[in-house]
Amino acid sequence: MADTLLEIDGLTKRFGGFLALDRVRLLVTAGERFGLIGPNGSGKTTLINCVSGALSADGGRILFEGRDITAMAAHQRTRLGIVRSFQIPKPFTSMTVLENLGIPLEYAAHARSHGARATAEAMEILREIGLDAKAHLRPAGLTQIEMRKLELARAMAARPKLLISDEAMAGLSSAEVDDILAILFRLSGQGITIIMIEHIMRAVMRFSQRIVVLDAGNRIAEGTPEEIVRNPAVEKAYLGE
Amino acid sequence: MRTWAALLIGVAVMGGGILLANLRVNPYVYFAGYVVLQYVVIATAWNILGGYAGYVNFGTPAFFALGAYTAIFLIEAFTAPLPVLILAGGLVSALLGLGIGYLTLRLRGVFFSIATFALAVVLQTLIINWEYVGGAKGFTLIRPSAPYFGSWGVLLFTVMVGLAVVAVLAARMIERSWIGRGLSALRDNEEAAECMGVPTLRLKLFATTVSGFFLGVAGAPFPYYVTYVEPSSAFNLDYAVNALAMPMIGGTTTWIGPVIGAVLLGTAQQVATVTISSELNLLIVGVVLVLFVVLAPEGITGLARRLMGR
Repeated sequence: MADTLLEIDGLTKRFGGFLALDRVRLLVTAGERFGLIGPNGSGKTTLINCVSGALSADGGRILFEGRDITAMAAHQRTRLGIVRSFQIPKPFTSMTVLENLGIPLEYAAHARSHGARATAEAMEILREIGLDAKAHLRPAGLTQIEMRKLELARAMAARPKLLISDEAMAGLSSAEVDDILAILFRLSGQGITIIMIEHIMRAVMRFSQRIVVLDAGNRIAEGTPEEIVRNPAVEKAYLGE
Repeated sequence: MRTWAALLIGVAVMGGGILLANLRVNPYVYFAGYVVLQYVVIATAWNILGGYAGYVNFGTPAFFALGAYTAIFLIEAFTAPLPVLILAGGLVSALLGLGIGYLTLRLRGVFFSIATFALAVVLQTLIINWEYVGGAKGFTLIRPSAPYFGSWGVLLFTVMVGLAVVAVLAARMIERSWIGRGLSALRDNEEAAECMGVPTLRLKLFATTVSGFFLGVAGAPFPYYVTYVEPSSAFNLDYAVNALAMPMIGGTTTWIGPVIGAVLLGTAQQVATVTISSELNLLIVGVVLVLFVVLAPEGITGLARRLMGR
């Protein structure tokens, strides 16, 4: 087994009296395709927000490449290589698609670049994702699937080691889901570790090598897709008794 | 290359200002020109925070008056010369700017605007009760004879030309740097910007501080210009309205927008004050602003860009 890239230990998050995450433990190995599932409100997005730094945890530790990042600001985590895409696309609306990629290239990527070199890099990423024809459009001119691709392209421009894809496929048609899946498989092939949060079971089951199931802030199961499908606790969480 | 060109144009504008100062046209031209140029500085400064970063500051009078009252304090205490007043006024307002920068941690959108407005009210109350700088009855400055140009009107006009050029060049530099690109990212979506590696807090603090600095700079020569300062004139609501309206009319995304807006609206107000009535000028702002918000929400520069098909 390769090295541990992300280690979450005893992570707890409260919103007032509501316990959103209850001492969650999670290990993600470098290069892995990791699935995170659970019913609505189970704490998946809260967990991701704690990892990316959008929320600060109330307890527990988060280690990335062995380094404690629990108290680190979000933009610093991005620079270390933890990059997320958003469930609802959040493009920079006043910029073109190309300029959208320019921000992470300038601010987050290891070899920060601006100008001609950054433009070339951004075009390269757009070509890879199949958005190069729209490089000079504003995000308002994109379709829903193109918007999702922009989210992924922009995340790629930050040169992640760990990419967290938060429901990148929700609301897409079956062909479009395959399209996004193919992109994610390609990125995984390049050595990027990917955490996929998804409700579309067909996609998670196909993509993930290992899956963790959250329910009401607790980790209730872990295993390969085949094991998860047969797990009675998971069935109960999703369907009830 | 282009930075050099901009600097040269800046120097040329300053030279033009000095030339105009030496022409000795009707003194009222300098008097009115000062106000227009003061608004170029105010609108440009406001736009660094409001336009680039998207945080609408409704407390412009607080920063402007803080610059003016810092100057009054230094005149009272040390009879400090004008350049010192301008620098000190800018620095004190910059500190206030840094303070409101930390407000952005918790307050966004309209709540930030309300907080900045409240700040102006609080500060005005403090000044009203501070006897040393004149309190509620105001402060009267007896000007010594002007050291250059033979008249304060001409001298202050020339100083304001210089300040406007410096403010505009600074705004242009910020806009074209990595800071400007980061600010527009956080204006578009703060959460996404942070997640793309943009240090949003640091950039916001930079924007509020620089914006505050130039608003204070605009206010520092004010006591010399009017010779009688009272809280209600230094904390005038006009500054809040104009600081917001001028960039919006000119266009908030580029440095030239606030300049266009300030020159057009500022001149229109000065002309209206003389020809029609001194109370009419705010009405003009209101009507023009409503027209622009409805017909050209991206201002004159946005309209021009659309007409040129970009």
